[in-house]
Amino acid sequence: MTGYSAAALPPDWPGGFWVHFGVFTVILLVFILVMAMALIYFERRAQGRFQVRIGPNRTGPFGVLQPIADAIKALTKESITPAKGDKLVYWLAPVVAFVPVCMVFAVIPFQDGALLADLNIGILYVVAVSSVTTVGIFMAGWSSNNKYAVLGAMRSIAMAVSYEIPLGLAILGIVLVAGSLSLNEIVTSQNIPYFLLQPLGLLVFFLAASAEINRAPFDLLEAESEIVAGFHIEYSGMKFALFYLVEYCEALAISAIITTLYLSGWKGPWLPPVLWFLIKVVLVFFVFVWVRSTIPRLRVDQIMGFAWKGLLPLALINLFITGIQVVVWPGGLPWVLIFVNWAIMAVLILLWSRLFRLGGGRVEV
Amino acid sequence: MTRALSGQEIGTRLEEKFTGGVIESSQDAVLVKSESLLPVATYLKDTPGLDFDYLANLTAVDYFDYFEVVYHLTSLQHNHSLVLKTRCYGRDNLRLPSVVSLWRGADFQEREIYDLMGISFDGHPNLKRIFLWEGFEGHPLRRDYL
Amino acid sequence: MAIRTEPFVINMGPQHPSTHGVFRMRLTLDGEVIIDLEPIFGYLHRGIEKIVEGRPYAQIVPITDRLDYLASMTNNLAYVIAVEKLAGIKVPERAEYLRVIMSELQRLASHLIGVGSFLNDCGAYFTPFMYMYREREKIVDLFEMVCGQRLTYNYMRIGGVSHDVPDEFMAALDKFVKTMPAFIDEYDQLLAGNEILLARTKGVGILPKELAINSSASGPVLRGSGVKWDIRKADPYSVYNHLNFDIPTGTVGDCYDRYRVRMEEMRQSVRIIRQAMEQMPAGAVRADVPRLIRPPVGEAYGHIESPKGELGFYVVSDNSIAPYRLHIRPPTLINLTTLRDMIVGWKVADAVIIFGSIDICLGEVDR
Repeated sequence: MTGYSAAALPPDWPGGFWVHFGVFTVILLVFILVMAMALIYFERRAQGRFQVRIGPNRTGPFGVLQPIADAIKALTKESITPAKGDKLVYWLAPVVAFVPVCMVFAVIPFQDGALLADLNIGILYVVAVSSVTTVGIFMAGWSSNNKYAVLGAMRSIAMAVSYEIPLGLAILGIVLVAGSLSLNEIVTSQNIPYFLLQPLGLLVFFLAASAEINRAPFDLLEAESEIVAGFHIEYSGMKFALFYLVEYCEALAISAIITTLYLSGWKGPWLPPVLWFLIKVVLVFFVFVWVRSTIPRLRVDQIMGFAWKGLLPLALINLFITGIQVVVWPGGLPWVLIFVNWAIMAVLILLWSRLFRLGGGRVEV
Repeated sequence: MTRALSGQEIGTRLEEKFTGGVIESSQDAVLVKSESLLPVATYLKDTPGLDFDYLANLTAVDYFDYFEVVYHLTSLQHNHSLVLKTRCYGRDNLRLPSVVSLWRGADFQEREIYDLMGISFDGHPNLKRIFLWEGFEGHPLRRDYL
Repeated sequence: MAIRTEPFVINMGPQHPSTHGVFRMRLTLDGEVIIDLEPIFGYLHRGIEKIVEGRPYAQIVPITDRLDYLASMTNNLAYVIAVEKLAGIKVPERAEYLRVIMSELQRLASHLIGVGSFLNDCGAYFTPFMYMYREREKIVDLFEMVCGQRLTYNYMRIGGVSHDVPDEFMAALDKFVKTMPAFIDEYDQLLAGNEILLARTKGVGILPKELAINSSASGPVLRGSGVKWDIRKADPYSVYNHLNFDIPTGTVGDCYDRYRVRMEEMRQSVRIIRQAMEQMPAGAVRADVPRLIRPPVGEAYGHIESPKGELGFYVVSDNSIAPYRLHIRPPTLINLTTLRDMIVGWKVADAVIIFGSIDICLGEVDR
């Protein structure tokens, strides 16, 4: 079921299977938390530069200790529970939101064969597990006994369900080209990074993933200017810190998945593979921060319109074209298809920007 | 330059139309009886040549014996303005007709006068206190409040 | 079987990051659609009209600073114009030009905050807001050079301005005026053609022309609906009749039009400042007015075009050192009359944007 490739682990490593499993799980969890904090710091500095200001630079040299200061602040705040809310659900919601995000990291390859669990249905596992976070968000909204929270929770369910479909279809394109669901094999089969062969797939995946993790321009859940904090309006202290962490760990997970699927994971010349992986993850995250700092927010009916009328047809067309290409050239796709695919993407984007209108208008009351 | 119309000239015109309505007309303003306020205002708004379609300001002043309510009217097309006044005598149970049906802009301003001076406006769709809370006693802007 | 639905009432409360102050909106929602709205304010009511009844005319100028605290210069100006009209005081020409320069700089500063917060409400997470604050810092530094204050200036006096500008002011103003148009173009370039911004503001919160006039709207709200009415052209005060400028108007009256009107007004303000700097003569900056002025018995209504609309002061005098009655005609309170008509039928997210496009300041609404 699970195992480590011999290249990753010396054969005389002491302890049995479960000891190794425990040690590497702990290492992975530490990695997730440290990287999440590093990404929080990176986002605040980068966003500051976009906004013509310096980010945090007081706590520690260059403000490196800022996320630790945030964590300490969150831990020392009083945890207030709403009196009329559903207490068990209220307590469980951050847990249900956080655990699946950590579970996603089990199948991401850091090096050839270096994964916690080399599942042969890797990417399917990722899609399935990451949907459970939505249940956690809804639990948080419902149990808070607050109209704003319920509004936020309803919006989140509608959005998450709508954007799962283009996400899955974009992934299917990669699976067709790579010929396997296992993430390790997808990386090893990328002689050229797949974003060259599947540009439309990358675009659809990036946008659908932004919506899944509630980042701008789809961040109406935490739209401070509308429903204040949305579903986590009644959370404070450690539970709020967990939700905040969920947001960044999800962003990290999606960046890692995009790197694995489209940017050829840990492959690269003369630097150690883990370092290449980290560089690519930070690069993808930078694009997320860039989009967040620049673009305004969409309204909920416009987001729905975008998913069903924009991304879904594009993802279907991408799948169709990929399917045709894989059937015609089963041995391996020739490099001229790169230009063909980019041209198709440009044409489709032009057509869609002309043809469909975002969202509804005023309702007669 | 916005021409401030002379109160006397408008006063004579109004006196012809609404006999007995005009109490006094001076250079600056026209003073009408509170009963004829609404017909006079409708006449000023609808007559071509006058066309006072913009209510610039609506306020009240407390002169101890009476309250004077002042309307500053402007016409955007002809660029002229007029000051219309009316009075309420006494201190209690003051009522005036509301001009919200003519100029929507009077909505909040009449509520303010009701809240701070105590003059009620008949025909106002939502006459509640606007700045102070429901249950406040007294009308603070009156000269005898503090 | 039809699903039973029920409208629910939500409070966009006094404490909210986007209501530009302590303002409360009771929304009745049917799902996400707003079917009714009731604005509730008065949380910042300080009784200014009662306070001024015991104070000498000159002491009221700092109190008017606190009305629309984001545009103090124009508040001061409206008040002193009303008193000068009542007392028949003539202001020296250099003072008039200084007043125009300060008013237009204030218009720029106020529109920068107004447009910045509007874009922030649209969701562009503080980035345009920070860019506009960078420019506002320069304007506020200029004001500090002149009167020593950054927010509540107390610069205008009855009969002129309080004192002349220092020598380094004109050089700094010159530099500012040369660089500002490039920055306004930069803001336009960053966001004006953005798809998402257009999708969220075009056609949203339409105010028809007749309703705008009937509701006594003024300022960018009125001009966005297509009515070409600006007090600086219709009833010129100070030296505006010697200056050339245009009045931008919108066509439809949606949020996008109001945003464009404000951006264009910023360009026109720079143009006015440049002309005023060239035409300004030397001379006294204050007429000889007694400290405790006693205007003759009578009344006057003085109004100006403040950044938010028509700001008017109605002064009644009984020949004593303090006014008998001072009424402030607040542009933002009267613009709020249109709020319900603009918002009903749209969704919660639009309510914040439409409210932001009116650009209110609670100090003026509540007085």
